[in-house]
Amino acid sequence: MISIKNVQKTFGNHKVLEDINLEVSQSQIFALIGPSGAGKSTLIRTINALEPIDEGDIIVDGISIHDKKTNINAARTEIGFVFQSFNLYPFLTALENVTIAPINVKKMNNSEAEEKGKKLLSMLGLESKFQSYPSQLSGGQQQRVAIARALAMDPKVMLFDEPTSALDPEMINEVLDSIRSLAKTGMTMIVVTHEMGFAKEICDQIVFMADGKIVEVAPPEKFFSNPSTERAKGFLSKVLNH
Amino acid sequence: MLYSTDWSVIPNNMGLFLKGVLLTLEISVLALLFSIPIGIIVGLLRISRNKIVSFVATAYVEVMRGIPLLVLLFWIFFVMGQFLRLGPYWSAVLGLATFSGAFVAEIVRAGIQSVPKGQMEAARSSGMTYTQAMRLIILPQAFRKVLPPLASQFIILIKDSSLVSVISVVDLTLIAKNLVATSFRSLEVWTFVALLYFLITFTLSQIIRYFEKKYQVSE
Repeated sequence: MISIKNVQKTFGNHKVLEDINLEVSQSQIFALIGPSGAGKSTLIRTINALEPIDEGDIIVDGISIHDKKTNINAARTEIGFVFQSFNLYPFLTALENVTIAPINVKKMNNSEAEEKGKKLLSMLGLESKFQSYPSQLSGGQQQRVAIARALAMDPKVMLFDEPTSALDPEMINEVLDSIRSLAKTGMTMIVVTHEMGFAKEICDQIVFMADGKIVEVAPPEKFFSNPSTERAKGFLSKVLNH
Repeated sequence: MLYSTDWSVIPNNMGLFLKGVLLTLEISVLALLFSIPIGIIVGLLRISRNKIVSFVATAYVEVMRGIPLLVLLFWIFFVMGQFLRLGPYWSAVLGLATFSGAFVAEIVRAGIQSVPKGQMEAARSSGMTYTQAMRLIILPQAFRKVLPPLASQFIILIKDSSLVSVISVVDLTLIAKNLVATSFRSLEVWTFVALLYFLITFTLSQIIRYFEKKYQVSE
């Protein structure tokens, strides 16, 4: 479903992504973890071409994302993206945030888009918040609206860039629950996260990155109990022992 | 000798004043209407990634900001107007619109750039084209942010419109000048004219304040 081949990217003379190769099959869930500055966010942002790459190829559902001939706008409708800082549209209600792209990009008619939007927001526990503006919502609610907004385009894959990092601790679980319920629907997902318990619980593979490289890819049972690289061991000893 | 006031000159010439006010309003509103699309287009071109496009837009803004409006009006009326047969009225509208448009462009550019980058990213990642993202997501937010500076710019435009009297457009200022020349009632006439300009601009700023409140979603 997502195929990342030999991706390279530099900022100036700093290599931010080096020889990245990754295969994610349909319905698989991958967690991208690693220390800050490892290139996790950069990598996930290259998958929908929010970041350009210097070399290599990224193929999502058969579409080469960085090919100049690709209609990137059409390709992006297949890829849902959830940001760390939500990036909701502050002048639109929760429901309008969810319906604006289906109406304008997919040319869905208003009533159909609204019906779908209401269904998605209800599914994420926001049935009483249709008409609320983002500023009237808590961080956790805002992030769930953002998830509904991404789902409204019927994406084939979902990308989450640290979806809980900007949240107060008591709100993290409501967002993780939403992602859990999405996992049950068989959605293909890549999640950049610092929530190790969550990664362990729902992910098929843990991708550990450091210094712009993928250091280790392993199933969570193996990765968390017996990582094969020193770099991963060092990282885990820092994040797990508290 | 003390100046003895005689305010009868005002009611006796109310028709003339009204005509002047109407023409001032007409020219200002036309210039305003043209300066908005000029400002939006030039403002958008200013932030274009195409270097030539942004250079041309920047050059326009710099030239317009660097020339006094009075000189620009003379130039349009006496130089360009001779070729294009514009006449005083359209020379005035064109001069005010192109002049004000440069300032509106700067306001629009600042407004767009004040919208957080994540808004464009969110819009683009949902499949919107750059143009759709601008129109549906960025400009509506930029518009709310630029209402106060835009209001000031439009008030300046109305006041600047008094300069068009020098290219013989019979606006409020020229009517007043002519009236003073015939009646010698400079205190009364100029005081009243100042009041009229104030009423126009004050009304405008109240209208804009209304829109500011209306669009003020708690952000």
